[in-house]
Amino acid sequence: MTTMTLIQGNTALAASPTNDATDQGAAAMAMNDSSVGSGSAASVTAAPVPPSAQEPARAAAGRRSNEALVGVLKVVLPPLIGLAVFVGLWYLVSMTSPQLPGPAKTWASAVQLFADPFYQNGPNDMGIGWNILNSLQRVGIGFGLAALIGIPAGFLLGRFDFLNRMMSPIISLLRPVSPLAWLPIGLLVFKAANPAAIWVIFISSIWPMIINTAVGVQRIPKDYLNVARVLDLPEWKVFTKILFPAVLPYMLTGVRLSIGVAWLVIVAAEMLTGGVGLGFWVWDEWNNLNVEHIIIAIFVVGLVGLLLEQALVLLANRFSYEEK
Amino acid sequence: MEKFVQIEAVGQTFDTKKGKFVALRDVDLSIRQGEFIALIGHSGCGKSTLLNLIAGLTRPTDGALICDGREIAGPGPERGVVFQNHSLLPWLTCFDNVYLAVERVFAAKEGKAKLKQRTHDALALVGLTHAETKFPHEISGGMKQRVGIARALSMQPKVLLMDEPFGALDALTRAKLQDELMKICDATQATVVMVTHDVDEAVLLSDRIVMMTNGPAATIGEILSVDLPRPRNRLALANDPKYIAARAAVLEFLYEKQAHKEVLAA
Repeated sequence: MTTMTLIQGNTALAASPTNDATDQGAAAMAMNDSSVGSGSAASVTAAPVPPSAQEPARAAAGRRSNEALVGVLKVVLPPLIGLAVFVGLWYLVSMTSPQLPGPAKTWASAVQLFADPFYQNGPNDMGIGWNILNSLQRVGIGFGLAALIGIPAGFLLGRFDFLNRMMSPIISLLRPVSPLAWLPIGLLVFKAANPAAIWVIFISSIWPMIINTAVGVQRIPKDYLNVARVLDLPEWKVFTKILFPAVLPYMLTGVRLSIGVAWLVIVAAEMLTGGVGLGFWVWDEWNNLNVEHIIIAIFVVGLVGLLLEQALVLLANRFSYEEK
Repeated sequence: MEKFVQIEAVGQTFDTKKGKFVALRDVDLSIRQGEFIALIGHSGCGKSTLLNLIAGLTRPTDGALICDGREIAGPGPERGVVFQNHSLLPWLTCFDNVYLAVERVFAAKEGKAKLKQRTHDALALVGLTHAETKFPHEISGGMKQRVGIARALSMQPKVLLMDEPFGALDALTRAKLQDELMKICDATQATVVMVTHDVDEAVLLSDRIVMMTNGPAATIGEILSVDLPRPRNRLALANDPKYIAARAAVLEFLYEKQAHKEVLAA
């Protein structure tokens, strides 16, 4: 479920700029049409007085800056309206339910919170910056280990059909398990909260990387492998020049899905394990009944997740090659 | 050398879900050094199968193939292959696509500068010096195919194997590349085996045209020597009686002797 929504979210994100671009183009064309129409109408009515030579140039320049302005507005306006509607709804709900803080109150609290993000008053009271960094560190370690094992494993599964068929029942069985179900096993084995949280990240984020890498290896066009055979390339050249570049886009898709899962899971895991981190902070503020901070935490989690995702989208675009 | 490539009693059988499928049987052919051979036949007649056998991409079920005194046991850089769909690696520039092949063959004995020079030379030979830094998706289909030819030639292969190299190109580009290929072959004295289904191409380019019977169990039907002086000019040849006779012979083989059964029924 989570991966599904993530994918959909991404395509929506990816699709919106192109849509905007075509909209702009259409708008610009429509504007040109209308201006041409009005121009010709004007020349019909005002035929006896010839317009000065500079006037059309100035009009064109004005039209161009107008077009640019309209273009910017077309890009910026919809998300702004969306956010305004969201804040408005939030405000209305907070009016009817007095326990839920409104936008203004939350904003004031956030300003205060982010004024000093790195204070330390003992292990249970640390700045928001520390919480974010700690969560990121856990995700980094768990996700890094998963990539370290999952990507080579994916290559092996894709390359050797026997291995693939051997592992596929295990993967099919373990992949749908809810991430938090792994937490007790982690606590049991590692006898500490922090490694257990990292373990949960590891086990829940490894699957997309294994599966996507394996699919990528299986889908390498036969032509490329024939090139390798005809040139009789040594094995490591086959890997660096053909296998790896061909699989890279698939692999990065896996990495992107994985980091999304990891970031989703960390908050839940930290709620249960405690320590310093965004998840624990949310739970702590719930115990303090500091609802403003919980709302801020939700925004922070969303924003960091968005940034991670976008960073990987950029990375994927940088390394993906044009087909044929 | 009289028999540079020898194909002796070669047969190829594939195991399919429906049982054994005999693609080729009793193929015997000797190719001289510097000779240009065209393999022609209807689709499914096993001409690409034969080319893959010479390339070493597949092994024959019967018989043996010998190149320059050695049995062909697998693919090797002494037999350069130009694929039908160019098969350039999309993440490498034209230069790097060729360099990959050059490096494989010559890196053991030559320095980087020499390898780069060889790559430049190969691309210059097909007239693509200006496109060296471009990626395959940035150039036209004809240019891609030329890079494929440059890649195969850069390895200085003993035999150049081409699997319908111009089949996917428009007629004008195809003619241009055929002319270029003739020039390159004259300059390098390459031994070439080319699979084609284009009668004019076969007559224009080859010294001998090997005509294959229809599959399954295809074999060589006839071999036609094209006794036309080189360099050849497509315009001058259009009215040459020898050219017209050779063309008619191939057409007769394809559309009368080996006409498809469906065609006869229709």
